[in-house]
Amino acid sequence: MKKVAIIGAGPAGIEAASLLAAQGVDAVLYEKEQQPLHNLTDKAFLFPNFADAQEVAEKILAKLNTPGLTLKADTEVTQLQPQAASNGWLVNGEAFDAVLLTSGYTTFDAHRKEELGYGIYPGIHTSLEMEKMLREGKVVNTIGEMPRRIAFLQCVGSRDEKVGNHYCSKLCCVTAVKQAIEVKKLMPQCEVYVFYMDLRMWGQHFEELYRQAQTDYGIKFIRGRISEAGGTFDRKVQIKAEDTLMGRPLKLTVDLFVLMVGMEASRGTRNLGALAGIAGEYGFAQSVDPHIADNLTAQNGLFVAGSCKRPMTLTDSLTDARSAAFEVLKQLLEN
Amino acid sequence: MFSLFVIPFCLGVLALLVVSILKYRRWISQFDKLQQMLVRKGLLSWKILGAAWEAFREGLLHWRITKHHFLLGYMHRSLAFGWFLLIVVGAVQASLAYPNGHLPYVAIFFNFFEPRSETIVHFPQAQFYANLMDALLLYVLSGLILAMFKKVWSRPMGMRRTTKHNLTDRVAKAALWCIFPLRLMAEAHTSAIYGGGGFLVNVLGELIASTRLDHPILEYQWWLCYSLALGTFFTLMPFTRYMHIFTEVFLIYFRKLGLRENNVRTGYTKFEMSACSRCGLCIDGCPINDPLGISNTQGVYLMQAVRNKDLFRRAEKMADQCLVCHRCSVDCPVGIDLEAIRRQVRINSRKKTDTASGYDYLKTVRPFHALGRVAYFGGCMSHLTPGITESMERIFQASGTQYWYMDKDKTICCGRPLLQQGFESQARELRRKNTQLIKESGATLLVTSCPICYQSFTKEYNLPIEVMHHTQFIEQLLLSGKLRLQPQNQLRVTYHDPCELGRGSGIYDVPRRVLSHAAQLLPTRHEREQSLCCGFNLGNAVLSSEQQTQVRERARQNLLEPHPDMIATACPMCKKAFTHGTDTPVRDIAEIIADAIMEKPLHTT
Repeated sequence: MKKVAIIGAGPAGIEAASLLAAQGVDAVLYEKEQQPLHNLTDKAFLFPNFADAQEVAEKILAKLNTPGLTLKADTEVTQLQPQAASNGWLVNGEAFDAVLLTSGYTTFDAHRKEELGYGIYPGIHTSLEMEKMLREGKVVNTIGEMPRRIAFLQCVGSRDEKVGNHYCSKLCCVTAVKQAIEVKKLMPQCEVYVFYMDLRMWGQHFEELYRQAQTDYGIKFIRGRISEAGGTFDRKVQIKAEDTLMGRPLKLTVDLFVLMVGMEASRGTRNLGALAGIAGEYGFAQSVDPHIADNLTAQNGLFVAGSCKRPMTLTDSLTDARSAAFEVLKQLLEN
Repeated sequence: MFSLFVIPFCLGVLALLVVSILKYRRWISQFDKLQQMLVRKGLLSWKILGAAWEAFREGLLHWRITKHHFLLGYMHRSLAFGWFLLIVVGAVQASLAYPNGHLPYVAIFFNFFEPRSETIVHFPQAQFYANLMDALLLYVLSGLILAMFKKVWSRPMGMRRTTKHNLTDRVAKAALWCIFPLRLMAEAHTSAIYGGGGFLVNVLGELIASTRLDHPILEYQWWLCYSLALGTFFTLMPFTRYMHIFTEVFLIYFRKLGLRENNVRTGYTKFEMSACSRCGLCIDGCPINDPLGISNTQGVYLMQAVRNKDLFRRAEKMADQCLVCHRCSVDCPVGIDLEAIRRQVRINSRKKTDTASGYDYLKTVRPFHALGRVAYFGGCMSHLTPGITESMERIFQASGTQYWYMDKDKTICCGRPLLQQGFESQARELRRKNTQLIKESGATLLVTSCPICYQSFTKEYNLPIEVMHHTQFIEQLLLSGKLRLQPQNQLRVTYHDPCELGRGSGIYDVPRRVLSHAAQLLPTRHEREQSLCCGFNLGNAVLSSEQQTQVRERARQNLLEPHPDMIATACPMCKKAFTHGTDTPVRDIAEIIADAIMEKPLHTT
C-alpha cells in the first residue's frame, strides 16, 4: 500500500488527505497544533454568502473520518528529507512514497506597523480579533459600550514596500466589506468607514457585496491610507489620513480601529520550504509552474497545495487540494 | 659649486613655491567674513602651538592612520617622517661641512659635491652623519616597498579597496617612487668612484666598482635622473593629491582657530579638498560600498569631481548616493568634514526647486505658554513609532516632570531631513517657526526622542535653552532619583548606536549607562564609532528599499550575533528598520526604561 504524508491539517490538507485515503492510499496527516483547521474555526461568517464558518468547518472536519486517513495532531514536522534509494521521502523518521505540503499561511503581525498603534493604544484590533467579536455577537468599545464609529484599514502588511511585502493578500478587501456589513447588521446606528488604496472585488458576488455595503448599509469608503493612529484621553482612537479623492488631509476619532492584516507564509511553510529546497518569494513555497504544474515542485515526490504557495481563499485552497491529490495519485501509479 | 643637473630640481622647487603661494592666497581671499575674522583674531595666538603639535603628529607621524592599521601607518610615516628627517639631517650635515654657507641645493645633492669640493671642512662626526643619512634612506625605502606591495595587494595593509587615481596623480606618484631609489643609485656611483658614503651607499658603491660600471658619465646620468624626478614631482605637486602634504598643515591651523564648513563652498572648503590625500580610507567602511558594492561615490571621489570643476557632471549624482551615516568622517585621517562638502553639492543642485513657498500653514501653529516646563519634541519619526513617545510621556509623569509635548498635534519637522537633501531655504522656514515656538513658550529645556532632531537643534539652531536627547534626560532623572526602576532584571540586550546620535553627536556612553540600569548589555563586533548604519537613514533618497534592506541585514546580523533577548536602540528610524527585519523584539531605550519603572504604567491595553 502506498503511503503519503500530508503536512498541515488546514482545508487543503484535510481535503487532499481524505481524497487520497478514499483512493486506497495510506494518508498520514500531520498537524502541529492540537486542533486541525484552526484558521477556519476562528471565523464567524464566510464571504460572499455569509455562510456560517462553523458549519463549513464541521463539514470539512467530517472528512477526517475517511478510512485510511490518520491524523497526527500536535506533531510538528522537523525532518523532511528525500530518499534517493527508494525515490521517497523521510518525514519525522517515517518513510513515505510522496509528501504533500499544505502548511498554509499566518497573518501579518500588526505590531510591525507601529505607527498604527496596535498593542500601544486601546481600541485598535486586527481583523481576526474583529471576527472573534462578531462570532460572539458582541462588538464593544474600550469602555464596554456600543461603538458609535468604526474604521477599517486595508492593506496592513500587504502591498507595503516598507515592511517588505509587495504582494496583495487578495482576500482582505472583501473581508473588510463583509465585516463592515456584519457590524452594520449588528448595530445599524454605528458609522462605519473603510480606508483603502483600491478595492479589488475580483470574485463572484464580491462586487455586488461592495455595492450593497454602500447602498443598503451606508458604509463609507474613503480612498487613502492612514498614516498614524493615536490614543485620546477618553480611550478612543484618533486616526490621521489623507482622502486622496478629495485631496485633503483628514482626522477622525473612532471607537474601534480595525487593521485588515494580510497573509504571510506561516512559520511551518518558511521552515519546511527552506528545508526541502523549494522556498520561493516572501518565504512562500514555490511550485514548478503557476499555470500547468502548480502542484509540482522542483523536488521529485514533493507536492504543494493551498496557501503555502500564495494568499488563497478557502474556495481556492479546496480546489487546489483536489488537483494536488490527483497529481499525487498520478505519480504513485506511474511508479 | 654648481653642476647643470641641479637645474630641474631648482625649477621644480620654484614652480612649487610660486603655484602654492598663488593658490593659498586665492583660497584665503575666498574665506567668508566670519572665517576671515577668526583668522585675523587668532593669527598669532597660543593656538599655533597646538596646531604645530597636531601637524607634527598627523602630517609626519600619521598617528590616526597608525591607530587604524599599524602597517599602513608605518608606510605613511616612513615616507613622510623619513623624508622630512632626510631633509633636516641633510641640512645639518651640509651646514657642518660648509660653515661659511652654501646654496640650498647643495644639501640635497651633498654626496655629489662633497668629494669635488675644495672649501669643504672635514668635521669630526662626518662618518656618523653619512651613516645616519643612509639609515634614513633605508627607512624611506622600506616604506616605499610597502607602498608598492600595497598597490599589488592592499588587504594585508588594512585596506580592502584603494582609490582609483587619475593620470596626473599617477605620474606624480611614479616620480615620487623614483626619487629614493635614484638617490641611492646616484650616491652609490659617486661612492664607487671617490669612495665615502655610509654603510649602505659605500657597500653598494663597492659592488658597482667591482662591476666596472663606475664611469663619471654614468654617475652624472644618475644624478641628473634623481634631479629630474625631484623636479617633476615638485612641479606636479600643486596639481595633484600630494599637495595635501602642505595643505594639511594649514588646515590643522585654521581648524584650531575655529574655522568650520558651512552650507556654501568657501576658501576653507578649498583647503579641505586640497588636504585630502586621496588615501581611500573613506571607502572600506562606507555602507554604500559594503554591502552594496557601490564604490565610486565616496568622499574621495566626490571631492575629486568637485575639484575638477565637475567636468563630467557627476558630482550631483555622487552627492546623492550617501546615507549621511558619518562613518567616513570618523575614518578620515585628515578629519575633513565630508558630510558638509556633500551637503554643499546637494544644496547647489537643488537651487531651482528649493523655494520656501507652501509653508503658509506654519502661521496657523500658535505658541503655547509652557513657562518653566520641559518642552518635549517627539519628532516626525517618533510619530511613526508611538511606543517611544508614549513611553516618554510615562517617564515624564512618573518622574513628576512638568512637560509640554510641543509637536503632539500639529507636527512641524525640525528641518534636518530637508537640509540633508539640500533644501536649505525650506529647512530655514521650519527652523524659524520652531525657534519662535520654543522661545515664546518659556520652556527651560528641550528634550527630543529623535537623534536627527537632536543634531538639528544642537547644530543648526541657535536656541537659548539646553537641548537633550531623551537618553541624556533619562540619565539625569535616574541620577537625581526622580525616576526609580525595579531591581535590575536579566534582560540581555545588544545596543545599536544610531548614526546621528553616535558618530553624529558623539553620544556613545550615555545610552549604555542608562541601559545598564534595566538590562544586561552584550557587546557586538561593530559598535560605537564602527557601528553599522541601519540603512533607513533619511540622508539617502536614491537607494531602493531592497538596497536599504541589504544594508540593514548586515547591521542586524551584527546585533543578533550574541543572541540577545532584545535589540535596543535610541532612534525611531533605526527601530523601524530593525522591527521589519527580525522576530527578536526591538525597543527604544525609553520603552525599556518605561517598562522598568517602579510605579504602575498609565495605559494598559
